[in-house]
Amino acid sequence: MDSNVIIKMNNVNFYYGASQALTDISMTFRKNKVTALIGPSGCGKSTLLRLLNRMNDLIDGTRVEGEILFEEKNIYASNVDPVEIRRKIGMVFQKPNPFPKTIYNNISYGPKLNGVGTTDMDTLVEQSLKQAVLWDEVKDILNKSAMNLSGGQQQRLCIARALAMKPDILLMDEPTSALDPISTAKIEELIEGLKKNYTIIIVTHNMQQAARISDETAFFYIGNLIEYNETEKIFTKPDVKQTEDYITGRFG
Amino acid sequence: MALSMNTSMKWRYLKQHIFFAMVRASALIIALALGGLVFYIFYNGIGAISWEFITKPPTHSMTEGGIMPAILGTIYLTLGAIAVGLPLGIASAIYLTEYARQGRIVRLIKVGINCLAGVPSVVFGLFGLGFFVIFLKFGSSILSGSLTLGFLILPTIIGASEEALKAVPQTFREASLSLGVSKWQTIYRIVLPNALPGILTGSILGIGRAAGETAPIMFTAAAYFTAKLPGSVFDEVMALPYHIYVLATAGTNIEATRPIQFGTVLVLVAVVLGIDLVAIIIRSYMRRNKRW
Repeated sequence: MDSNVIIKMNNVNFYYGASQALTDISMTFRKNKVTALIGPSGCGKSTLLRLLNRMNDLIDGTRVEGEILFEEKNIYASNVDPVEIRRKIGMVFQKPNPFPKTIYNNISYGPKLNGVGTTDMDTLVEQSLKQAVLWDEVKDILNKSAMNLSGGQQQRLCIARALAMKPDILLMDEPTSALDPISTAKIEELIEGLKKNYTIIIVTHNMQQAARISDETAFFYIGNLIEYNETEKIFTKPDVKQTEDYITGRFG
Repeated sequence: MALSMNTSMKWRYLKQHIFFAMVRASALIIALALGGLVFYIFYNGIGAISWEFITKPPTHSMTEGGIMPAILGTIYLTLGAIAVGLPLGIASAIYLTEYARQGRIVRLIKVGINCLAGVPSVVFGLFGLGFFVIFLKFGSSILSGSLTLGFLILPTIIGASEEALKAVPQTFREASLSLGVSKWQTIYRIVLPNALPGILTGSILGIGRAAGETAPIMFTAAAYFTAKLPGSVFDEVMALPYHIYVLATAGTNIEATRPIQFGTVLVLVAVVLGIDLVAIIIRSYMRRNKRW
Protein backbone atom coordinates (compact mmCIF):
# COMPACT_ATOMS: atom_id res chain seq x y z
CA MET A 1 0.00 0.00 0.00
CA ASP A 2 1.25 3.45 -0.92
CA SER A 3 2.52 5.16 2.23
CA ASN A 4 0.29 8.15 1.53
CA VAL A 5 -2.79 5.96 1.65
CA ILE A 6 -4.38 5.34 5.04
CA ILE A 7 -7.56 3.53 4.04
CA LYS A 8 -8.20 1.46 0.97
CA MET A 9 -11.64 0.13 0.09
CA ASN A 10 -11.89 -2.77 -2.34
CA ASN A 11 -15.22 -3.62 -3.97
CA VAL A 12 -17.30 -2.83 -0.92
CA ASN A 13 -21.00 -3.61 -0.95
CA PHE A 14 -23.24 -2.82 1.99
CA TYR A 15 -26.78 -3.94 2.76
CA TYR A 16 -29.43 -2.96 5.27
CA GLY A 17 -31.40 -6.19 5.28
CA ALA A 18 -32.37 -6.77 1.66
CA SER A 19 -31.76 -3.24 0.42
CA GLN A 20 -28.34 -2.38 -0.90
CA ALA A 21 -26.97 0.94 0.35
CA LEU A 22 -23.52 0.89 -1.27
CA THR A 23 -22.56 -0.74 -4.54
CA ASP A 24 -19.08 -1.88 -5.40
CA ILE A 25 -17.15 1.00 -3.83
CA SER A 26 -13.40 1.06 -4.40
CA MET A 27 -11.53 4.12 -3.24
CA THR A 28 -8.55 5.20 -1.18
CA PHE A 29 -8.26 7.88 1.47
CA ARG A 30 -5.00 9.77 1.73
CA LYS A 31 -3.11 10.46 4.92
CA ASN A 32 -3.23 13.98 6.41
CA LYS A 33 -5.76 15.15 3.89
CA VAL A 34 -9.31 16.31 4.27
CA THR A 35 -11.63 14.23 2.14
CA ALA A 36 -15.21 15.38 1.66
CA LEU A 37 -18.05 12.99 0.87
CA ILE A 38 -20.92 14.72 -0.90
CA GLY A 39 -24.16 13.73 -2.56
CA PRO A 40 -27.92 13.99 -2.12
CA SER A 41 -29.65 12.53 0.96
CA GLY A 42 -29.74 8.75 0.93
CA CYS A 43 -26.78 8.42 -1.42
CA GLY A 44 -24.85 6.33 1.10
CA LYS A 45 -22.19 8.82 2.17
CA SER A 46 -22.99 8.62 5.89
CA THR A 47 -23.28 4.86 5.61
CA LEU A 48 -19.82 4.74 4.10
CA LEU A 49 -18.43 6.94 6.86
CA ARG A 50 -19.90 4.70 9.54
CA LEU A 51 -18.43 1.65 7.81
CA LEU A 52 -14.95 2.99 8.44
CA ASN A 53 -15.18 2.72 12.25
CA ARG A 54 -17.65 -0.15 12.26
CA MET A 55 -20.46 1.92 13.72
CA ASN A 56 -22.87 0.14 11.38
CA ASP A 57 -22.25 -2.97 13.49
CA LEU A 58 -24.74 -1.47 15.94
CA ILE A 59 -27.60 -1.87 13.49
CA ASP A 60 -29.17 -5.32 13.33
CA GLY A 61 -29.41 -6.98 9.94
CA THR A 62 -26.60 -5.21 8.10
CA ARG A 63 -24.07 -6.96 5.89
CA VAL A 64 -20.72 -5.94 4.42
CA GLU A 65 -18.97 -7.44 1.41
CA GLY A 66 -15.51 -6.64 0.11
CA GLU A 67 -12.64 -5.36 2.22
CA ILE A 68 -11.63 -2.15 3.91
CA LEU A 69 -7.90 -2.00 4.59
CA PHE A 70 -6.56 0.13 7.42
CA GLU A 71 -2.88 -0.29 8.28
CA GLU A 72 -2.77 -3.18 5.77
CA LYS A 73 -5.47 -5.08 7.68
CA ASN A 74 -9.07 -5.65 6.69
CA ILE A 75 -11.08 -4.05 9.50
CA TYR A 76 -13.92 -6.47 8.77
CA ALA A 77 -11.73 -9.56 9.19
CA SER A 78 -13.17 -11.91 11.79
CA ASN A 79 -10.19 -11.52 14.14
CA VAL A 80 -10.49 -7.72 14.33
CA ASP A 81 -12.05 -6.18 17.43
CA PRO A 82 -14.24 -3.21 16.45
CA VAL A 83 -13.38 -1.56 19.78
CA GLU A 84 -9.73 -1.54 18.71
CA ILE A 85 -10.65 0.08 15.38
CA ARG A 86 -12.69 2.81 17.05
CA ARG A 87 -9.75 3.74 19.27
CA LYS A 88 -7.79 4.64 16.18
CA ILE A 89 -10.61 6.03 14.09
CA GLY A 90 -12.58 8.65 16.00
CA MET A 91 -15.93 10.14 15.10
CA VAL A 92 -17.82 13.40 15.42
CA PHE A 93 -21.57 13.23 14.92
CA GLN A 94 -24.14 15.39 13.20
CA LYS A 95 -25.73 16.62 16.41
CA PRO A 96 -23.38 17.58 19.25
CA ASN A 97 -23.69 14.73 21.75
CA PRO A 98 -21.67 15.50 24.88
CA PHE A 99 -22.24 13.22 27.86
CA PRO A 100 -24.21 14.69 30.76
CA LYS A 101 -20.93 15.02 32.66
CA THR A 102 -18.53 17.84 33.38
CA ILE A 103 -16.45 19.27 30.54
CA TYR A 104 -13.33 17.71 32.05
CA ASN A 105 -14.93 14.28 32.38
CA ASN A 106 -16.25 14.39 28.83
CA ILE A 107 -12.66 14.61 27.62
CA SER A 108 -11.10 12.21 30.12
CA TYR A 109 -13.82 9.55 29.67
CA GLY A 110 -12.32 7.79 26.63
CA PRO A 111 -8.64 7.90 27.63
CA LYS A 112 -9.40 6.81 31.19
CA LEU A 113 -11.37 3.72 30.15
CA ASN A 114 -8.75 2.84 27.57
CA GLY A 115 -5.79 3.43 29.85
CA VAL A 116 -4.39 6.11 27.55
CA GLY A 117 -2.63 9.15 28.97
CA THR A 118 -3.64 8.38 32.51
CA THR A 119 -0.27 9.58 33.76
CA ASP A 120 -1.15 13.21 33.20
CA MET A 121 -4.84 13.58 32.48
CA ASP A 122 -4.86 17.34 33.15
CA THR A 123 -2.35 17.92 30.37
CA LEU A 124 -4.22 15.67 27.99
CA VAL A 125 -7.49 17.50 28.68
CA GLU A 126 -5.86 20.88 28.18
CA GLN A 127 -4.11 19.74 25.02
CA SER A 128 -7.27 18.29 23.52
CA LEU A 129 -9.34 21.37 24.30
CA LYS A 130 -6.64 23.59 22.82
CA GLN A 131 -6.56 21.50 19.65
CA ALA A 132 -10.31 21.96 19.38
CA VAL A 133 -9.91 25.72 20.00
CA LEU A 134 -12.18 25.58 23.03
CA TRP A 135 -9.67 25.91 25.87
CA ASP A 136 -9.88 29.69 26.32
CA GLU A 137 -13.67 29.56 26.55
CA VAL A 138 -13.90 26.74 29.09
CA LYS A 139 -10.65 26.71 31.09
CA ASP A 140 -12.40 28.23 34.12
CA ILE A 141 -15.48 26.03 33.99
CA LEU A 142 -13.96 22.58 33.46
CA ASN A 143 -16.01 21.19 36.32
CA LYS A 144 -19.31 22.56 35.02
CA SER A 145 -21.71 20.37 33.07
CA ALA A 146 -21.04 20.19 29.34
CA MET A 147 -24.78 20.53 28.81
CA ASN A 148 -24.55 24.24 29.65
CA LEU A 149 -22.36 24.99 26.64
CA SER A 150 -23.75 26.41 23.39
CA GLY A 151 -24.30 24.08 20.44
CA GLY A 152 -21.11 25.21 18.72
CA GLN A 153 -19.08 24.82 21.90
CA GLN A 154 -20.59 21.40 22.48
CA GLN A 155 -19.55 20.30 19.01
CA ARG A 156 -15.97 21.52 19.56
CA LEU A 157 -16.05 19.66 22.88
CA CYS A 158 -17.04 16.52 20.98
CA ILE A 159 -14.10 17.09 18.63
CA ALA A 160 -11.78 17.53 21.62
CA ARG A 161 -13.24 14.36 23.16
CA ALA A 162 -12.43 12.42 19.99
CA LEU A 163 -8.94 13.96 19.75
CA ALA A 164 -8.13 12.97 23.35
CA MET A 165 -7.99 9.37 22.14
CA LYS A 166 -5.20 10.44 19.76
CA PRO A 167 -6.81 8.76 16.77
CA ASP A 168 -5.21 8.47 13.34
CA ILE A 169 -8.38 9.35 11.52
CA LEU A 170 -11.25 11.64 12.43
CA LEU A 171 -14.59 10.89 10.81
CA MET A 172 -17.04 13.78 10.77
CA ASP A 173 -20.68 13.24 9.90
CA GLU A 174 -22.11 16.63 8.89
CA PRO A 175 -20.52 18.20 11.97
CA THR A 176 -21.85 21.69 11.31
CA SER A 177 -25.33 21.00 10.00
CA ALA A 178 -26.89 21.75 13.39
CA LEU A 179 -24.81 24.89 13.99
CA ASP A 180 -25.08 28.61 13.22
CA PRO A 181 -22.74 30.23 10.65
CA ILE A 182 -20.27 31.59 13.21
CA SER A 183 -19.86 28.25 14.94
CA THR A 184 -19.58 26.63 11.53
CA ALA A 185 -16.76 28.99 10.55
CA LYS A 186 -14.92 28.18 13.79
CA ILE A 187 -15.15 24.46 13.16
CA GLU A 188 -14.03 24.79 9.54
CA GLU A 189 -11.01 26.79 10.72
CA LEU A 190 -10.30 24.11 13.27
CA ILE A 191 -10.44 21.34 10.65
CA GLU A 192 -7.87 23.21 8.57
CA GLY A 193 -5.50 23.17 11.57
CA LEU A 194 -6.09 19.50 12.42
CA LYS A 195 -5.04 18.33 8.97
CA LYS A 196 -1.35 18.46 9.94
CA ASN A 197 -1.74 15.65 12.43
CA TYR A 198 -4.87 13.82 11.41
CA THR A 199 -6.60 12.39 8.42
CA ILE A 200 -10.09 13.81 8.20
CA ILE A 201 -13.02 12.36 6.32
CA ILE A 202 -16.08 14.57 6.39
CA VAL A 203 -19.61 14.12 5.14
CA THR A 204 -21.27 17.38 4.24
CA HIS A 205 -24.41 18.65 2.60
CA ASN A 206 -22.87 22.05 2.16
CA MET A 207 -21.12 22.40 -1.23
CA GLN A 208 -19.26 25.55 -0.21
CA GLN A 209 -18.00 23.80 2.87
CA ALA A 210 -16.64 20.91 0.84
CA ALA A 211 -15.01 23.36 -1.56
CA ARG A 212 -13.53 25.44 1.27
CA ILE A 213 -12.03 22.80 3.52
CA SER A 214 -11.34 19.62 1.59
CA ASP A 215 -8.43 18.48 -0.53
CA GLU A 216 -10.35 15.73 -2.20
CA THR A 217 -14.01 15.21 -2.84
CA ALA A 218 -16.04 12.12 -3.58
CA PHE A 219 -19.49 12.43 -5.09
CA PHE A 220 -22.00 9.66 -4.38
CA TYR A 221 -25.34 8.98 -5.96
CA ILE A 222 -27.75 6.17 -4.94
CA GLY A 223 -25.03 4.05 -3.39
CA ASN A 224 -22.53 4.50 -6.20
CA LEU A 225 -19.28 6.43 -6.23
CA ILE A 226 -19.79 8.67 -9.26
CA GLU A 227 -16.65 10.76 -9.17
CA TYR A 228 -13.63 11.05 -6.89
CA ASN A 229 -11.15 13.80 -7.63
CA GLU A 230 -9.20 16.68 -6.23
CA THR A 231 -11.64 19.16 -4.78
CA GLU A 232 -10.51 21.93 -7.06
CA LYS A 233 -11.13 19.81 -10.11
CA ILE A 234 -14.53 18.62 -8.89
CA PHE A 235 -15.70 22.15 -8.35
CA THR A 236 -14.26 23.64 -11.54
CA LYS A 237 -14.08 20.96 -14.22
CA PRO A 238 -15.70 17.71 -13.06
CA ASP A 239 -15.22 14.70 -15.30
CA VAL A 240 -18.75 13.47 -14.97
CA LYS A 241 -21.83 15.40 -16.06
CA GLN A 242 -23.85 14.14 -13.07
CA THR A 243 -21.34 15.67 -10.67
CA GLU A 244 -21.58 19.00 -12.38
CA ASP A 245 -25.38 18.91 -12.28
CA TYR A 246 -25.35 18.20 -8.55
CA ILE A 247 -22.75 20.83 -7.70
CA THR A 248 -24.45 23.51 -9.71
CA GLY A 249 -27.71 22.66 -8.02
CA ARG A 250 -29.59 21.15 -10.91
CA PHE A 251 -30.67 18.24 -8.67
CA GLY A 252 -30.10 16.96 -5.19
CA MET B 1 -77.83 30.56 7.08
CA ALA B 2 -76.13 32.61 9.76
CA LEU B 3 -78.75 31.59 12.25
CA SER B 4 -78.38 27.89 11.51
CA MET B 5 -74.63 28.13 11.92
CA ASN B 6 -75.15 29.78 15.31
CA THR B 7 -77.38 26.99 16.46
CA SER B 8 -74.91 24.40 15.33
CA MET B 9 -72.09 26.24 17.07
CA LYS B 10 -74.15 26.41 20.28
CA TRP B 11 -74.81 22.72 20.07
CA ARG B 12 -71.13 22.06 19.64
CA TYR B 13 -70.24 24.21 22.64
CA LEU B 14 -72.89 22.46 24.67
CA LYS B 15 -71.40 19.09 23.79
CA GLN B 16 -67.99 20.41 24.75
CA HIS B 17 -69.28 21.58 28.13
CA ILE B 18 -70.95 18.26 28.81
CA PHE B 19 -67.79 16.40 27.94
CA PHE B 20 -65.58 18.63 30.10
CA ALA B 21 -67.99 18.27 33.00
CA MET B 22 -67.82 14.52 32.67
CA VAL B 23 -64.05 14.24 32.66
CA ARG B 24 -63.80 16.75 35.48
CA ALA B 25 -66.27 14.71 37.52
CA SER B 26 -64.25 11.55 36.88
CA ALA B 27 -61.09 13.16 38.20
CA LEU B 28 -62.98 14.51 41.18
CA ILE B 29 -64.49 11.12 42.04
CA ILE B 30 -61.05 9.55 42.08
CA ALA B 31 -59.65 12.29 44.29
CA LEU B 32 -62.62 11.99 46.62
CA ALA B 33 -62.37 8.22 46.81
CA LEU B 34 -58.70 8.40 47.70
CA GLY B 35 -59.23 11.25 50.13
CA GLY B 36 -62.19 9.49 51.70
CA LEU B 37 -60.25 6.27 52.12
CA VAL B 38 -57.27 7.97 53.71
CA PHE B 39 -59.50 10.06 55.96
CA TYR B 40 -61.53 7.03 57.07
CA ILE B 41 -58.41 5.07 57.96
CA PHE B 42 -56.82 8.04 59.68
CA TYR B 43 -59.95 8.91 61.65
CA ASN B 44 -60.40 5.35 62.91
CA GLY B 45 -56.77 4.44 63.29
CA ILE B 46 -55.09 7.46 64.84
CA GLY B 47 -56.52 6.65 68.28
CA ALA B 48 -54.58 3.42 68.41
CA ILE B 49 -51.26 4.98 67.44
CA SER B 50 -48.84 5.57 70.27
CA TRP B 51 -45.15 5.16 70.85
CA GLU B 52 -45.90 1.91 72.60
CA PHE B 53 -48.01 0.69 69.65
CA ILE B 54 -45.14 0.89 67.21
CA THR B 55 -42.36 -0.23 69.55
CA LYS B 56 -43.92 -3.08 71.56
CA PRO B 57 -44.99 -6.60 70.55
CA PRO B 58 -48.65 -7.65 70.90
CA THR B 59 -49.82 -8.89 74.28
CA HIS B 60 -52.90 -10.67 75.72
CA SER B 61 -53.47 -12.86 72.66
CA MET B 62 -52.98 -9.86 70.33
CA THR B 63 -55.82 -7.86 71.86
CA GLU B 64 -53.45 -5.33 73.38
CA GLY B 65 -49.89 -4.14 72.99
CA GLY B 66 -48.17 -3.04 69.81
CA ILE B 67 -47.29 -4.27 66.36
CA MET B 68 -43.52 -3.79 66.32
CA PRO B 69 -42.69 -7.34 65.12
CA ALA B 70 -45.06 -6.90 62.19
CA ILE B 71 -43.55 -3.54 61.20
CA LEU B 72 -40.08 -5.01 61.39
CA GLY B 73 -41.17 -8.11 59.46
CA THR B 74 -42.64 -6.03 56.65
CA ILE B 75 -39.44 -3.99 56.47
CA TYR B 76 -37.34 -7.16 56.28
CA LEU B 77 -39.55 -8.70 53.61
CA THR B 78 -39.56 -5.50 51.56
CA LEU B 79 -35.79 -5.15 51.72
CA GLY B 80 -35.47 -8.83 50.87
CA ALA B 81 -37.77 -8.41 47.87
CA ILE B 82 -35.66 -5.48 46.69
CA ALA B 83 -32.48 -7.51 47.10
CA VAL B 84 -33.99 -10.31 45.00
CA GLY B 85 -35.99 -8.35 42.43
CA LEU B 86 -33.85 -5.32 41.67
CA PRO B 87 -30.60 -6.96 40.49
CA LEU B 88 -32.46 -9.68 38.61
CA GLY B 89 -34.91 -7.22 37.05
CA ILE B 90 -32.28 -4.67 36.01
CA ALA B 91 -30.07 -7.41 34.59
CA SER B 92 -32.96 -8.83 32.55
CA ALA B 93 -33.89 -5.40 31.24
CA ILE B 94 -30.27 -4.72 30.25
CA TYR B 95 -30.18 -7.98 28.37
CA LEU B 96 -33.50 -7.33 26.63
CA THR B 97 -32.81 -3.75 25.58
CA GLU B 98 -29.04 -3.63 25.12
CA TYR B 99 -27.79 -7.07 24.16
CA ALA B 100 -30.52 -9.31 22.78
CA ARG B 101 -31.08 -9.28 19.06
CA GLN B 102 -34.56 -7.83 18.66
CA GLY B 103 -36.63 -10.61 17.22
CA ARG B 104 -38.98 -13.48 17.90
CA ILE B 105 -37.25 -14.73 21.06
CA VAL B 106 -37.15 -11.31 22.71
CA ARG B 107 -40.82 -10.81 21.83
CA LEU B 108 -41.62 -14.17 23.39
CA ILE B 109 -39.74 -13.28 26.57
CA LYS B 110 -41.59 -9.96 26.76
CA VAL B 111 -44.95 -11.67 26.35
CA GLY B 112 -43.89 -14.01 29.15
CA ILE B 113 -43.02 -11.10 31.41
CA ASN B 114 -46.37 -9.44 30.72
CA CYS B 115 -48.15 -12.69 31.52
CA LEU B 116 -46.19 -12.90 34.76
CA ALA B 117 -47.43 -9.42 35.64
CA GLY B 118 -51.00 -10.63 35.23
CA VAL B 119 -50.66 -13.68 37.46
CA PRO B 120 -52.72 -13.25 40.67
CA SER B 121 -50.58 -12.76 43.75
CA VAL B 122 -52.07 -15.79 45.48
CA VAL B 123 -50.63 -17.93 42.69
CA PHE B 124 -47.20 -16.50 43.49
CA GLY B 125 -47.87 -17.41 47.10
CA LEU B 126 -48.66 -21.01 46.20
CA PHE B 127 -45.64 -21.19 43.92
CA GLY B 128 -43.48 -19.89 46.77
CA LEU B 129 -44.97 -22.49 49.09
CA GLY B 130 -44.34 -25.33 46.68
CA PHE B 131 -40.92 -24.28 45.47
CA PHE B 132 -39.10 -22.28 48.15
CA VAL B 133 -40.80 -23.50 51.33
CA ILE B 134 -41.18 -27.19 50.53
CA PHE B 135 -38.96 -28.16 47.59
CA LEU B 136 -35.91 -26.06 48.53
CA LYS B 137 -36.70 -26.62 52.23
CA PHE B 138 -36.34 -22.93 53.15
CA GLY B 139 -39.43 -23.32 55.33
CA SER B 140 -41.79 -20.47 56.06
CA SER B 141 -39.15 -17.80 56.42
CA ILE B 142 -37.94 -14.32 55.51
CA LEU B 143 -35.95 -15.96 52.71
CA SER B 144 -38.94 -17.72 51.14
CA GLY B 145 -41.13 -14.63 51.51
CA SER B 146 -38.49 -12.30 50.05
CA LEU B 147 -37.94 -14.58 47.07
CA THR B 148 -41.69 -14.84 46.44
CA LEU B 149 -42.23 -11.08 46.73
CA GLY B 150 -39.11 -10.50 44.62
CA PHE B 151 -40.55 -12.59 41.81
CA LEU B 152 -43.91 -10.90 42.21
CA ILE B 153 -42.40 -7.46 41.52
CA LEU B 154 -40.01 -8.67 38.84
CA PRO B 155 -42.28 -7.74 35.90
CA THR B 156 -42.73 -4.23 37.31
CA ILE B 157 -39.00 -3.77 37.75
CA ILE B 158 -38.20 -5.15 34.30
CA GLY B 159 -40.84 -2.91 32.71
CA ALA B 160 -39.65 0.22 34.51
CA SER B 161 -36.01 -0.59 33.74
CA GLU B 162 -36.70 -1.21 30.06
CA GLU B 163 -38.48 2.14 29.73
CA ALA B 164 -35.69 3.94 31.57
CA LEU B 165 -32.97 2.30 29.46
CA LYS B 166 -34.79 3.10 26.23
CA ALA B 167 -35.13 6.71 27.33
CA VAL B 168 -31.34 7.14 27.37
CA PRO B 169 -30.56 8.75 24.00
CA GLN B 170 -28.96 6.45 21.45
CA THR B 171 -26.46 9.25 20.74
CA PHE B 172 -24.88 8.71 24.18
CA ARG B 173 -24.22 5.08 23.33
CA GLU B 174 -22.83 5.99 19.90
CA ALA B 175 -20.57 8.67 21.34
CA SER B 176 -19.15 6.27 23.90
CA LEU B 177 -18.65 3.39 21.47
CA SER B 178 -17.03 5.70 18.92
CA LEU B 179 -14.33 6.43 21.51
CA GLY B 180 -13.25 2.80 21.52
CA VAL B 181 -15.08 2.10 24.76
CA SER B 182 -16.48 -1.42 24.99
CA LYS B 183 -20.17 -2.17 25.05
CA TRP B 184 -20.23 -3.23 28.69
CA GLN B 185 -18.25 -0.16 29.76
CA THR B 186 -20.68 1.97 27.79
CA ILE B 187 -23.65 0.40 29.55
CA TYR B 188 -21.99 0.58 32.95
CA ARG B 189 -20.60 4.10 32.68
CA ILE B 190 -23.09 5.93 30.49
CA VAL B 191 -26.37 4.09 30.04
CA LEU B 192 -26.99 2.81 33.57
CA PRO B 193 -26.17 6.02 35.47
CA ASN B 194 -28.53 7.94 33.20
CA ALA B 195 -31.26 5.32 33.47
CA LEU B 196 -30.93 4.68 37.20
CA PRO B 197 -33.31 7.37 38.50
CA GLY B 198 -36.01 6.08 36.17
CA ILE B 199 -35.31 2.49 37.10
CA LEU B 200 -35.49 3.28 40.80
CA THR B 201 -38.66 5.35 40.54
CA GLY B 202 -40.58 2.66 38.69
CA SER B 203 -39.18 -0.12 40.82
CA ILE B 204 -39.89 1.54 44.14
CA LEU B 205 -43.53 2.12 43.18
CA GLY B 206 -43.73 -1.61 42.46
CA ILE B 207 -42.04 -2.42 45.75
CA GLY B 208 -44.50 -0.23 47.66
CA ARG B 209 -47.28 -2.27 46.13
CA ALA B 210 -45.57 -5.53 47.14
CA ALA B 211 -45.06 -4.36 50.72
CA GLY B 212 -48.83 -4.35 51.17
CA GLU B 213 -49.47 -7.77 49.63
CA THR B 214 -50.92 -10.49 51.85
CA ALA B 215 -51.36 -13.54 49.64
CA PRO B 216 -47.73 -14.09 48.59
CA ILE B 217 -46.44 -14.06 52.16
CA MET B 218 -49.17 -15.89 54.02
CA PHE B 219 -47.89 -19.31 52.94
CA THR B 220 -44.23 -18.42 52.69
CA ALA B 221 -43.15 -16.12 55.49
CA ALA B 222 -45.81 -14.74 57.76
CA ALA B 223 -46.40 -15.99 61.27
CA TYR B 224 -49.76 -15.78 63.02
CA PHE B 225 -47.97 -14.62 66.10
CA THR B 226 -44.40 -14.52 67.26
CA ALA B 227 -43.10 -12.22 69.91
CA LYS B 228 -39.49 -13.04 69.23
CA LEU B 229 -37.67 -11.14 66.56
CA PRO B 230 -36.10 -13.05 63.67
CA GLY B 231 -32.53 -14.16 64.23
CA SER B 232 -31.81 -15.24 60.66
CA VAL B 233 -33.37 -15.26 57.19
CA PHE B 234 -34.70 -18.74 57.92
CA ASP B 235 -37.02 -17.44 60.66
CA GLU B 236 -40.69 -16.68 60.28
CA VAL B 237 -41.82 -13.11 60.83
CA MET B 238 -45.03 -11.25 61.46
CA ALA B 239 -45.98 -8.83 58.72
CA LEU B 240 -48.42 -5.89 58.62
CA PRO B 241 -50.77 -7.05 55.85
CA TYR B 242 -51.06 -10.55 57.26
CA HIS B 243 -51.47 -9.21 60.78
CA ILE B 244 -54.44 -7.15 59.61
CA TYR B 245 -55.92 -10.17 57.89
CA VAL B 246 -55.47 -12.26 61.03
CA LEU B 247 -56.92 -9.66 63.40
CA ALA B 248 -59.91 -9.03 61.17
CA THR B 249 -60.79 -12.65 60.37
CA ALA B 250 -59.22 -15.05 62.79
CA GLY B 251 -58.31 -13.04 65.84
CA THR B 252 -59.22 -14.10 69.36
CA ASN B 253 -61.59 -11.16 69.74
CA ILE B 254 -62.32 -9.51 66.43
CA GLU B 255 -64.70 -6.77 67.63
CA ALA B 256 -62.50 -5.72 70.54
CA THR B 257 -59.43 -5.35 68.37
CA ARG B 258 -61.04 -3.01 65.78
CA PRO B 259 -58.94 -0.02 66.95
CA ILE B 260 -55.78 -2.10 66.70
CA GLN B 261 -56.81 -3.24 63.21
CA PHE B 262 -57.31 0.34 62.07
CA GLY B 263 -54.09 1.38 63.74
CA THR B 264 -52.24 -1.37 61.89
CA VAL B 265 -53.88 -0.37 58.59
CA LEU B 266 -52.82 3.22 59.18
CA VAL B 267 -49.23 2.13 59.81
CA LEU B 268 -49.26 -0.03 56.67
CA VAL B 269 -50.63 2.81 54.54
CA ALA B 270 -48.01 5.12 56.02
CA VAL B 271 -45.25 2.64 55.18
CA VAL B 272 -46.48 2.21 51.57
CA LEU B 273 -46.99 5.94 51.03
CA GLY B 274 -43.57 6.53 52.60
CA ILE B 275 -42.01 4.17 50.04
CA ASP B 276 -43.90 5.95 47.23
CA LEU B 277 -42.69 9.27 48.57
CA VAL B 278 -39.10 8.13 48.14
CA ALA B 279 -39.90 7.36 44.49
CA ILE B 280 -41.48 10.78 44.00
CA ILE B 281 -38.47 12.51 45.53
CA ILE B 282 -36.09 10.60 43.25
CA ARG B 283 -38.23 11.46 40.23
CA SER B 284 -38.38 15.16 40.96
CA TYR B 285 -34.64 15.19 41.58
CA MET B 286 -34.13 13.40 38.27
CA ARG B 287 -36.32 15.86 36.35
CA ARG B 288 -34.36 18.77 37.74
CA ASN B 289 -31.06 17.29 36.62
CA LYS B 290 -32.16 15.95 33.27
CA ARG B 291 -30.85 17.97 30.38
CA TRP B 292 -31.47 16.16 27.17
